Amino acid sequence: MIHLAIRFGFIVLLLGLVLFFSLAADGFAGPHSAVFIFQSVAITGILALGVTCTLVVDGFDLSIGAVATSALMLSSYVMVVWEGGAALAIVACLLMGALVGLVNGLLIVRMKVPDLLATLGIMFLLIGLQRIPTEGRSIATGMTLPDGRVAEGTFSAVFLALGRHRFDLVIERLLPVSVVVLVVVAVLVWVFLELTRHGRLMYAIGSNQRAARLAGVPVDRYKVLAYVISGVLASVGGMLMAARLGRGDIASGNNLLLDAVAAALIGYAVLGAARPNAFGTAMGALFVGILLQGLTMMNAPYYTQDFVKGAVLVLALMFTFSLSARRDATR
Amino acid sequence: MPDVLDLIGIDKAFGSHRVLRDVTLALPAGRVTVLMGANGAGKSTLVKILSGVHARDAGRVSLAGRPFAPRSPLAARSAGVVTVHQSIDDGVVPDLDIAANLMLEEMASGRGGFWYRRGRARDRAREIAGRMGLDFDLSRPVRELALADRQTVAIARAMAANPRVLILDEPTSSLSAREAERLFVLVERLRADGVSILYISHRMSDIERLADRIVVLRDGAVSGTFETRPLDTAAALEAMLGQATPSAGTGVRADARVRAGPDGHDDPGDPGLHLDALRLLPGSDPVTTRIGRGEIVAVTGLVGSGKGALAEIVAGLHRPAAGAMRLDGAPYAPSGIGDAIAHGVFLVPRDRAGNAVVPAFDIAANLSLPFTARRSRAGFLSRAAERGVATALIERLGIVCRSPRDGIGTLSGGNQQKVMIARWLSEPSRVLVLDEPFQGVDIRARRDIGARLRDEAVERATLVLVSEIDEALEIADRILVMANHTLVGEHRNRDVDLPGLMRQIATPPATERHAA
Repeated sequence: MIHLAIRFGFIVLLLGLVLFFSLAADGFAGPHSAVFIFQSVAITGILALGVTCTLVVDGFDLSIGAVATSALMLSSYVMVVWEGGAALAIVACLLMGALVGLVNGLLIVRMKVPDLLATLGIMFLLIGLQRIPTEGRSIATGMTLPDGRVAEGTFSAVFLALGRHRFDLVIERLLPVSVVVLVVVAVLVWVFLELTRHGRLMYAIGSNQRAARLAGVPVDRYKVLAYVISGVLASVGGMLMAARLGRGDIASGNNLLLDAVAAALIGYAVLGAARPNAFGTAMGALFVGILLQGLTMMNAPYYTQDFVKGAVLVLALMFTFSLSARRDATR
Repeated sequence: MPDVLDLIGIDKAFGSHRVLRDVTLALPAGRVTVLMGANGAGKSTLVKILSGVHARDAGRVSLAGRPFAPRSPLAARSAGVVTVHQSIDDGVVPDLDIAANLMLEEMASGRGGFWYRRGRARDRAREIAGRMGLDFDLSRPVRELALADRQTVAIARAMAANPRVLILDEPTSSLSAREAERLFVLVERLRADGVSILYISHRMSDIERLADRIVVLRDGAVSGTFETRPLDTAAALEAMLGQATPSAGTGVRADARVRAGPDGHDDPGDPGLHLDALRLLPGSDPVTTRIGRGEIVAVTGLVGSGKGALAEIVAGLHRPAAGAMRLDGAPYAPSGIGDAIAHGVFLVPRDRAGNAVVPAFDIAANLSLPFTARRSRAGFLSRAAERGVATALIERLGIVCRSPRDGIGTLSGGNQQKVMIARWLSEPSRVLVLDEPFQGVDIRARRDIGARLRDEAVERATLVLVSEIDEALEIADRILVMANHTLVGEHRNRDVDLPGLMRQIATPPATERHAA
């Protein structure tokens, strides 16, 4: 009984929630509402999948939110100030994400800085750094630059399409690009973590690092890889945000870090995994999305959102850790 | 002298593993009782029972005639039984000054009141320090002190509680000879004050210097008590390491005698692992030997003799200070453990839980950990290949489980150890190094493992590091004895001169030889 509760409890809860909102909230059940939910969690979900990779190696990446907003500002800067194209903006952002991940990883494995502190430091650094080129202002076409020039560049249409284009799926213009990216990233991360030997070795590192090292696993390399994946995915999330906003808004993305971490941690509870996992993370993000959308449609005020997220997270963590502790005891 | 602490018939088991069996022992006041025992003999469990960390399963303990069953370390301490643990930094708070360290117990107990009164603390600390003959500046933070001074502070702190029994767990393991001497003076002072001291050590020099009596634990039971002077340390060592009575053998030992090992000549091209003038430490004497293919060589020695360092160098974890190794005739200088594994040199590390088991994985995944590349195609793991290999290994080593998908945590200690050894038997190796493979393993698993290693010995050179001589005699063709990070003896496993081997194990540290 307890095994069943641990394994399927969360999924049952999720289905129950969907059922409840479908009955209680008008218009909740329907393709547009579903797509809206997916879209609302797409960016958080992508970041959460990155942080999942660092959790797998028993690390933690607090810099993902800052990497995402840095990518938002960088892509805007490339297109609006440098007047570069979409390709240049995308490549620059991906490189920036990879570089930040590399720095995080090296700080942790080479300099032996504890993961939370290293990524916290980098987080502050990036939050500050992204404001320096524009002297703290948001980036938009027509803005005045620090040297007095006026920025003439515009967001390229291709780049904006990342945030605004919708694919046809049964219904015309249904599926936004960000949702497609989320699904693709989720599948890739899941395949990598669950089916390849590299994912297996990363889990081994997270479970017993010394044993992995003594079995010849290049522990440091895999840890750095985890932070690079996390950095790159965070930059992808940032670009999608830039494409949706169409400007380099300095105040965006405040909640990204906490939401992503919450999704990854809620993921521990899915299918009784009691460990970081890609499927759980995706479900965790979706769960939060459904809950918030449903509550919004039932006219719950916006300021209750964080409270609800916090409550879900605490419940999921209690569920995971107390129940699996009890399972281990009864075994 | 009356006995301060009396232990009668103490039993303790963890799961199915009986760690202590009917241990009876008395600690008289004003005497240093040395407790000896190989790794896993049950010393630390005994200490933990006395210091309130574990509860005993059966038996009685009385302290000064009254029943003593501490429920926590604090309870043991306030009853007058104080333990200074092996890891010195567990005994001090590095960022506080010496005075605060000495006063920690009093502060924690709440008797000191709400405010930390620096002046009063200093006075009390000075009083304790004076009693112990310490001449430190009490306002210095402990982290600035040398290791030996920190230890003195830890002991002084223990003494602040005015204990009747002081337990010192391997206190000299990280001290130099001169630092150890200071500790001995301190211990002698406490003994003169009538404190009953339980002193746990492997170092023969400590034991000869301090012991009034020696109690030896072996496989969880008292195997010898020595109190008549002069103390027979050789007999104590024998009680600790085993006398190799034939009844203790596992049956494989008979084969060992019949099997023809390689001859004495040493041809550089011979298959196997050659150590050429290998220096484990910059100052240690060089090691030259050969572990031939088909041969099982046991290395024995006390803790700190360097056998662990030898294993780590062979397995590529450390570089030797000097000298070279050759593998099947070719130079072998692994750049790391991955490189060693690529050369076919595998290490089964000691301390299964800390160094080998991946608790989150099932048996199959634990088995394939070092060889995931060989169990996958284009990076994708083949679950079927893993399961096939696992099923074969489970059969081959007689691992008791329901299926390869069982979590590793569901297995008994002996079966977990079999999985850890099977992990390295799943692929062909040229050298297999096993560091204390029989530790925390029940007798049946020990026999299975020994038999398996013997049966497959022809395929590789096997190096087994063991503390207990019985284990060496059971399994090895040849026994090497280490002390002071070098070889001090070599015996073919045929009518071994046991007393001579014991003397070699007890070789005193080089510094003392020079001093003498």
